[in-house]
Amino acid sequence: MALALAEANPIESIALDVEGVSHRYDVDGKDLQVLDNVSLTIAPGEFVALLGPSGCGKSTLLRLAAGLETATVGKVLEDGRPITAPNPDRILVFQDATLFPWRTVRDNIAIGLEARRLLDTKGYRIDEVLKLVKLEGFADFYPHQLSGGMAQRAALARALVNDPKLLLLDEPFGKLDSLTRLRMQNELLDLWKSAGFTALLVTHDVEEALLLADRVIVLSDRPASIVAEIRVDRPHPRRRDDATLVALRSQLLEKLGISHDV
Amino acid sequence: MSAAVEDTFESAGRRSLTLPFTGIWRNGLFAAGTWALTAVLTYGLPDVITWGATELFAAAALVGAGIFLALSVTVHRLGSVGRTLVHYGPWFIVLGLWLAVWEVLTAKLGWLPKPFFSPPQGLLHVYVTDWDRLLICIAYTGRLWGLGFFSGILVGFAGGVALGWSKRFAYWGMPLLKLIGPVPASAWIPCTFFIFPSTFHASIFLVALASGIPVAILTAAGVSQVNRSFYDVARTLGADNRFLIFKVAIPASLPNVFVGLFMGLYYSFAVLVVAEMLGAKFGLGWYLQFNTAYSAYANVYAALIIMALICAGLVRLLFVARDRLLGWQKGIL
Ligand SMILES: Nc1ncnc2c1ncn2[C@@H]1O[C@H](COP(=O)(O)OP(=O)(O)OP(=O)(O)O)[C@@H](O)[C@H]1O
Ligand SMILES: [Mg+2]
Repeated sequence: MALALAEANPIESIALDVEGVSHRYDVDGKDLQVLDNVSLTIAPGEFVALLGPSGCGKSTLLRLAAGLETATVGKVLEDGRPITAPNPDRILVFQDATLFPWRTVRDNIAIGLEARRLLDTKGYRIDEVLKLVKLEGFADFYPHQLSGGMAQRAALARALVNDPKLLLLDEPFGKLDSLTRLRMQNELLDLWKSAGFTALLVTHDVEEALLLADRVIVLSDRPASIVAEIRVDRPHPRRRDDATLVALRSQLLEKLGISHDV
Repeated sequence: MSAAVEDTFESAGRRSLTLPFTGIWRNGLFAAGTWALTAVLTYGLPDVITWGATELFAAAALVGAGIFLALSVTVHRLGSVGRTLVHYGPWFIVLGLWLAVWEVLTAKLGWLPKPFFSPPQGLLHVYVTDWDRLLICIAYTGRLWGLGFFSGILVGFAGGVALGWSKRFAYWGMPLLKLIGPVPASAWIPCTFFIFPSTFHASIFLVALASGIPVAILTAAGVSQVNRSFYDVARTLGADNRFLIFKVAIPASLPNVFVGLFMGLYYSFAVLVVAEMLGAKFGLGWYLQFNTAYSAYANVYAALIIMALICAGLVRLLFVARDRLLGWQKGIL
């Protein structure tokens, strides 16, 4: 399935550079520093996972990369050009599904194509991605008629239908049961391999990061800075009980401030 | 949606009120009884005050009773219409009783005297004798209301979207809207006379104002309350401002817009009387004033009932439109 998608639409990927980014929010006149001098380089086609404690600024980093916000200090670049505004080449799958309640699943997925007036030429992709996320039977359902996991899958489909060059994923599998989660992880991996986009995945799940990513980056508590960067040089498909991965897992947990025996 | 909240929890209890849906419709029989009672009292007791149409009203009530009698055995064959009739069964009974009591207190005992109170037969008399003038009035009012209401909600909606969307618009527009909003329609009469070329235009303006302002206020509130994440999602997917306004802000605020439309509908009816004070030659509002001036209160009540029925019909239509457009809300509300 994923292969078929890629063959029909060869996708170029883009490089993402975060250079010395610090970000502050203004909360009722008080300064809230969220990111502290974060620098990272993601090569075209690379799959990077972002780990960090809750509230450290992971979603904020993704919003900067998506162009929804501009960094207070520092630069965020795509292929060397500063990111100033959102662009459908870089698509963010939000932590909450945020489906439009007045649109059916199909019409939600169609938003990107509709907004770019591609519905006539690329409309067939909607059925493909519906199948990909196993929602083909729910195309005409309204969001309130979906389970949390189904809504999340619909949100993923809404991003994928646009053939992004950079896919920013904010805990996309957070609400899925463990079986569906495994399946979706594999689908994402297949898709990434065949389509070749650059992926930046925020997750709470150390194993998920290790199973999927080329590189895992660990952020500190707020204000977030990079505390560790671990390369995962194992071929896919990876096994959870792979000795290297097990070793990396305890290393990562330690960086996250959790002791070995968890 | 129009059902009470209690309903969704006690639907089983309510069903037992209308079911079983077979055999004889007992409420239909009772309704036939109360309507027959009205007919008998009307025909049997002498009129203390003459209102006219005594026999006609008695006959009409008797026909009503006959219809209910027939329905009490056939209603089950009428499908959804039958179900609706059965649902309103208790209302039909009470309506018959109410007509009887009303008839007795006014025409038969005279406790509620002429001209301030009119029995149902008095209203019937008005409809029978003055129907041609009433029809013309309905047509005139319909034209005024249609032009005023639709131009009002159109401008109100467009203005509301602009106010909710644009900070600059809101800066200048919101304070004005808040000032204009509570001003009673009659206060506008002097300047409308000056501004508009004819009294008809001035009347349209008053109706438009009454219906447009609640639509504008609620649309503006709706648009400005739209969840920011919807805009973020749409923007990352490549939406331009046009898309954000027409495909995000407006659909998201449509529930609010409909609240405004309902309010505008009621206000537009309330303002009709004032609007038709401005030199109108026909119209229900004019009819009300004209007959009030002559203390012909039966005519006033008769026209009021027509207005209420038309208004209720329009509200019903608006509900249908809303259920069409906001079907997605069904599971949420
Ligand atoms: N729009 C905003 N205005 C003000 N403060 C914000 C805003 N968005 C986020 N924050 C603050 O920034 C910090 C980081 O938020 P962010 O959503 O990036 O965390 P996160 O790492 O994604 O957390 P989680 O894993 O729980 O999703 C939090 O303390 C939050 O309160
Ligand atoms: Mg987050």
